[in-house]
Amino acid sequence: MASTFSIARSEEDQVTVLALNGYLDAYTAPQFEKAIQEEYDAGRVRIVVDCAGLTYISSAGLGVFMSFIEDVHAAGGDIKICAVVPTVYQVFEILGFPELFEILPTRADAVRKFSRAAGREA
Amino acid sequence: MESVERTFQLHVPSSTENLSMIRDFVGSIGQRAGFNEADVAKLELAVDEACANVIEHAYGSEATHEVTVKARLDAECVQIEIVDTGCGFDPRQIEQVTLDELISKRKSGGLGMRLIQSLMDEVQYQIIPGQKNELRMVKRLKKSDS
Repeated sequence: MASTFSIARSEEDQVTVLALNGYLDAYTAPQFEKAIQEEYDAGRVRIVVDCAGLTYISSAGLGVFMSFIEDVHAAGGDIKICAVVPTVYQVFEILGFPELFEILPTRADAVRKFSRAAGREA
Repeated sequence: MESVERTFQLHVPSSTENLSMIRDFVGSIGQRAGFNEADVAKLELAVDEACANVIEHAYGSEATHEVTVKARLDAECVQIEIVDTGCGFDPRQIEQVTLDELISKRKSGGLGMRLIQSLMDEVQYQIIPGQKNELRMVKRLKKSDS
């Protein structure tokens, strides 16, 4: 049986939220890659990846974050990560992700960060 | 605690679709060995990474080959062997670069190997390109992980 993985897309305050659910491995990573690519191609580069429902990640999933972050930054945006469960956070940590990506406790925190960065809040 | 060695094997077609089956197999071995939940998760991830490397690199994502996962457990450790007949690689050539450097080179290669090294207690390769490549890794029981 193949890994189950899904992405729920929504927008909040001009920020794209991609809520990941299930297992992100070498089999499912192309779905995630496609979802971020679509945002990037449409010029929507303020992206929050909500990991509350993500129960597993391997390097294939981490590679997707890595392959887009420079282009997204260059386009004036960011990929912020939120609501990471401990087992997934541990993998982020082993590879040093917390130094390169902003990881926030909740989706609201992550979305708010973009608003602040845009200077729309004090 | 019994000291009898037990061996299990899983053969699957070389498709990433089967990674979840491989994780389930290794996860039940880890549970049977007596690992805690966190160590079972580490074992599953290390084997997933190793098998994904075999499928995508050694076999170039051709699903017509076979990946073999052998697990041996005793009272002290679980030993995993992953065997393939694809093109091998030189583990010494895995670049020890920082994540920053990988990102600026648009590369994510080597991340899996980095994870394996950090998740397992012992990692060894025997590479005979095109004939048989073997990755052997060990995770010990009762190790207090940081």
